[in-house]
Amino acid sequence: MTATSTLLSSSTKAGRRRAGQYLFRGMTILALLLVLVPAVWIVVGILARALPNWHFSVLTNTTAHGGLSNAIVGTLLITFGVGVLAGIVGIGAGIHLSEMSSTGRWSTRADGLLRGATEVLSGFPSIVLGFVGYIALVVGLHWGFSLLPALIILSMMVVPYIAKSTESSLNQVPTSYREGADALGMSQGHSLRHVVLRSGFPGIVTGLLVALAIAVGETAPLLYTAGWTNQMPTLALTHSQVPYLTYPVYAYYNQPSDSLRYLSYDAALLLLVLVLVLLVGARLIVARTQRNAETRR
Amino acid sequence: MTASPVPADLSTPPGRVGAFREKLRTSESAFWRRGTLAAAILPFVALGFALIVLAIKGWPAIIVNGTGFFTNSSWNPGSTYGATTYIHGVAVPQGASYGAWPLILGTIQSSFIALVLAVPIAIGAALALTERLPRWIARPVTFTVELLAGIPSVLFGLWGIITLGPLLAKHVYPPIASVMPDVPVLRFFKAPTGGGQGLLTSGIVLAIMIIPIIAATTIELFRQVPALNQDGAHALGMTDAEVTRSVTLPWVRRGIMGASVLGLGRALGETIALAMISGAILGHTAVNIYSPMTTIAATIVSQLDSSFTDSTGFATATLAEAALVLAVISVAVNALARVIIHRSSSISAPVGRG
Repeated sequence: MTATSTLLSSSTKAGRRRAGQYLFRGMTILALLLVLVPAVWIVVGILARALPNWHFSVLTNTTAHGGLSNAIVGTLLITFGVGVLAGIVGIGAGIHLSEMSSTGRWSTRADGLLRGATEVLSGFPSIVLGFVGYIALVVGLHWGFSLLPALIILSMMVVPYIAKSTESSLNQVPTSYREGADALGMSQGHSLRHVVLRSGFPGIVTGLLVALAIAVGETAPLLYTAGWTNQMPTLALTHSQVPYLTYPVYAYYNQPSDSLRYLSYDAALLLLVLVLVLLVGARLIVARTQRNAETRR
Repeated sequence: MTASPVPADLSTPPGRVGAFREKLRTSESAFWRRGTLAAAILPFVALGFALIVLAIKGWPAIIVNGTGFFTNSSWNPGSTYGATTYIHGVAVPQGASYGAWPLILGTIQSSFIALVLAVPIAIGAALALTERLPRWIARPVTFTVELLAGIPSVLFGLWGIITLGPLLAKHVYPPIASVMPDVPVLRFFKAPTGGGQGLLTSGIVLAIMIIPIIAATTIELFRQVPALNQDGAHALGMTDAEVTRSVTLPWVRRGIMGASVLGLGRALGETIALAMISGAILGHTAVNIYSPMTTIAATIVSQLDSSFTDSTGFATATLAEAALVLAVISVAVNALARVIIHRSSSISAPVGRG
């Protein structure tokens, strides 16, 4: 009697546990689908709207003549500039935080302060930075809507990210490398350049590419720093408005004219392609270094 | 050879060449040290610069708007062509009155909805990805999640306003609204359901935007759970669901909270997507969950253009005050996240993009 009842209750309990397991598995798969579906939906949606009316003249004409070539050039210009400016500052800051840490009480505190400032800056809403750029640089310094304020503000946005990824990829360089360089009598600068940076290089470049992908997709901070023009951008740093790809997406999607709306979809497609190229590039570098690391071992 | 004394420093040959090399060596080290220190100080300077600029620019508005800025709902630029009045010595267009309560409430409401939707989905997806998916599925799926994190927010805005919003307003919101009873909390879900630009659509799109942030950190956390504990639990006969509930999740609870707060920070500062989807209504708060609203960030981007028409500059000053409020909120939220995570080593993408 008792044996039967325990058997019975344990079997229903097992059934309940099995049901719980299926429910759990089902819920996680559902959650995964809820993440994947919007991603695919956005990409397919943009393709479906852009491709039917796609003309290659979009790549060669300026917006004044119904194309986006000026915006493409402007975005590449901004991306290149941010890569240089934010790259130098961000990688430098990352090297300092990873390699130059001294042991004194005050310098440890100072490093903590600098690291904290970097993290706080990474949490700053981009529109706030853009607004600061507008007040201080565009109006305050009379630079007008132009390339330089846009570069400075976008760099402020992505420097924390580059610094953080540089710091963590340098932290993964084995200490034995640095000790070996020390033992060979290399100066710190020499060992940094020839040993530490060399092996941390792939990680740094990956971080830089992801940061550039973020910079390419920005709209809000550019609206009030770079401005916009239908013409080709000039190379002037100030007093010359710069076009960029996110502007047509934001400004033209609800225009009454069909051609402007198609331009909005085309710009969206180009943005997507550019971001994808940068992210896939970053991924390939990661995959390549991982493979090399495995074979070397 | 064998009897020679050990030279003091092998890398420094004697003579002038040696002195020159020594100088070069130290100067290279000094170059790296000073250069990287300068680079590390720059973010600190930039942060202080941004806060000071906002405070100076917003100061007239802070004086005139007073504490009512946080409680009033009106957003009235006043008569920009009419007379200028002086309040506390600040030039203000006649009849101007600004209250940021709808912006602040809208920011909180939309971010709250986003967080409620995103956290369980991100955890579930992270579980699916780290548990027993075959590698050939897990890899492309992980990359898709990374891609989702990299999609520019203006594209989320475009998708939200031309695809998702109309779809939800046509096929999803009306059935929900029709079954909701007229009781305190659920009343918020009743009709009118609007045209798809509003609070709930904004919350859903924000959720999709912050899921990759939360999921990426959560996946990292799950990988750090000691396999021994999980294997032990499995060996005791626990199912995957039970292991997850009693071993994995408790281990990473704190980290997930930190990641969620980080996602919240991103949602609070999101700009361009919300400027497109929120409906950008000024002057009153959302009447129900479908109604048009606005956030601080969306208002700054959509109102800056028209604030130029205020020749006294008071409208721009008010936007600076709003920006300062948003900056303080975001900094506080991010600081909270860092405290919770307590220096997790994972790389997080910048929050509050637009």
